[in-house]
Amino acid sequence: MDDIQLLAAIESYLAGEMNPQEQAFFEALRKKTPEIDQMVVEHNMFLHQMDSYVAYQNIKHTLHQVHQDLVETGNLYEGGEVSTKVQVVQLWNRYKRVAAIAASVGGVIALFISGLMAFFSPVSGNQLQQLSKDIEIIKRNQQVQGSLINEVKTKIPTGVKMVSGGSGFLIDPKGFIITNAHVLKGTSAIVVDSKGREFNASIVHIDNQKDLAILKINDADFKPSKKLPYGIGKRNADLGDEIFTLGYPRNDIVYGVGYLSAKTGFNGDSLSYQIQISANPGNSGGPVLNNNGEVIGVLSTRQAQADGVAFAVKSKNIHDFVEEAKKTDTALENIKIPVRANMKGIERKQQINRVADCVFNVKAFSQK
Amino acid sequence: MKAEQNEQALLKGLANNDSKAIETIYKDNFNMVQAFVLNNNGSYDDARDIFQEAMIALYEKAQSESFVLTCQIKTYVYSICRRLWLKKLQQMGRFSNQVDNLDETIAVEDDLEIHEKRNAEFAIMDRAMKSLGEPCKSLLEAYYVKKMGMQELAEEFGYTNADNAKNQKYKCLMRLKKLFFSQYNIGE
Repeated sequence: MDDIQLLAAIESYLAGEMNPQEQAFFEALRKKTPEIDQMVVEHNMFLHQMDSYVAYQNIKHTLHQVHQDLVETGNLYEGGEVSTKVQVVQLWNRYKRVAAIAASVGGVIALFISGLMAFFSPVSGNQLQQLSKDIEIIKRNQQVQGSLINEVKTKIPTGVKMVSGGSGFLIDPKGFIITNAHVLKGTSAIVVDSKGREFNASIVHIDNQKDLAILKINDADFKPSKKLPYGIGKRNADLGDEIFTLGYPRNDIVYGVGYLSAKTGFNGDSLSYQIQISANPGNSGGPVLNNNGEVIGVLSTRQAQADGVAFAVKSKNIHDFVEEAKKTDTALENIKIPVRANMKGIERKQQINRVADCVFNVKAFSQK
Repeated sequence: MKAEQNEQALLKGLANNDSKAIETIYKDNFNMVQAFVLNNNGSYDDARDIFQEAMIALYEKAQSESFVLTCQIKTYVYSICRRLWLKKLQQMGRFSNQVDNLDETIAVEDDLEIHEKRNAEFAIMDRAMKSLGEPCKSLLEAYYVKKMGMQELAEEFGYTNADNAKNQKYKCLMRLKKLFFSQYNIGE
C-alpha cells in the first residue's frame, strides 16, 4: 500500500469518516500489522499536536490584537508620545461618567431655578403695562366708596359688569373728555369728578390703534364751564421739560411730577413720549402737563420691567384724532380744542386746583 | 458569589478565544503586571511578552474540562508573571534579591512546568513548519489553521482538482511529520 493512501486512510479513520465495512477492515489490518498500529497512534498524537498548535497560534493572534487595540484606544500606555487623539479618547473615557453626572445636575438645577423664577416673578406677558385699573380694584373701591358716602346714590346702573377704569380730561368745556382707548373696554361709562360727582357718559369715538377715545358727558347734572384752564399743545415738547399729571389710580385724584425723558416712546414709537414719572394703573388717560399748564400728552402705558418709565401719547395726536372724529360724526363738529393755556406763571397749587376740576375718573362697564 | 461567576464566565470566554473576554481580563490585569515588570528592570516589551505568556498559560488551564480556578484571576496572573519574570531575570544574570511587591501569590510551579513543556512542543512545531518551505507551509496552514475545504484549496493554490490538492496535502503532511518527530524524539 502506498504511503499516501495509508495516511489518507488513517486520517479518515481517526476523523470517523469511514463506513462500518471499511472501519472493520482497517481495524483488522491494524491488529495484524504492528507498524500500522504504531502509525495510527503516532498520527493521532500528531493531529492533536497540530490542533493545540493552531489554537496556540490563534490565541496569540487574539492577544496581540487586543493589546494593539488597547494601546490605540489609550487604555494601555507603553511609553513614548501619547497622541492627542488618544489623549482625548482617554480623557473622554475617564471622565464621561463625571461629565454625564455634571450635565444632569446642571440640568436639574437649571430646571429648578427656572421653576422658582416662574413661581416668584410677577406674571406679565407684556413688556408694556396699560395703566387702566382692573376690575378687582374698581370693585373694592366701589365698596369703600359705598360705605363712605352712603347718601350719594351711584349712577352706575344695577346689573352691569364693571370692566375697566382710568382717567380722562376735558378737551372741550361742553363735556367732551379724552381718554385712552384701553380704558374703555366696556360699552358705556360714567365719569366721576374730583369732588365725587358722577355723570353718565357715552363713548362717541374710539381708536384702538392710536389708543385714544372721546367720551361725551350726557348728564343734566353737568354744568359746563366757560373755559378750560389748559390748552392742548400742538408742538413737540422738549427733553427735560418738567411735567406733572393728575389721575385716578385710586378714587381720589392723585398728583404726580416728573420730566420728559425721551421724545419717542416704547421701541422708538414716534407717536408718544417717554416720561419719568411714577404712574400706576388708573393713571391711564390722564393729562400730562408742562409748567405752563399746557397739555403735552395723554399718559397711557408704562414699562413693566423698569421703574418709573411711562409713556404718553403726544398731544398733537389729540388734534389729529379729533379732526378725524369730526369727519365721521357730525355731532362732534362743534368740538373746539383750546390751544392756549392761561395758567402760565401761576403757582403749581393753583394750577392743580384748576386742572383737577377738568380731570375725571372714568369707569367703564358693560351690560351683563 | 457574583464576582466569582463573572470570573468563571471570563475564563470560559478566554478558553473559547473570545476577544471581548480577553479584552476585559487584559484591562483588569495588564497595568499591574506592567508596573511590576517596569519596577524590576524590565521594559514595556518585556511586560507585554510576560503578560501574554501568562494569558496563554491561563488559556491552557481554562481549556481542560475539570478546571476550577481556586483563586482570583488577578492573583493567578500575577503569580505566573512574577515567576516568569524572575526566571527571565535569572537567565539574564540580572537577578536581584529584592524584587519588590509582596503581593499575594500562589504556587504556580506545576502549572508553569506543564506550560513550558507545551511551549517546547509548540516551538518544535513552529520550527518544523518554518523549515517545511513553500507551498507546503501555506497549504497546511490553509487546511489546518484556516480550515479551508479541499475544493477551495485547489482553487487557491491552483491545483487542477480537489484530489490533486489532497494528494499534495498528504505529501506535505508526511514531510512535516518527519520533521516534527525528528525533533520531538530528540527532545524526549
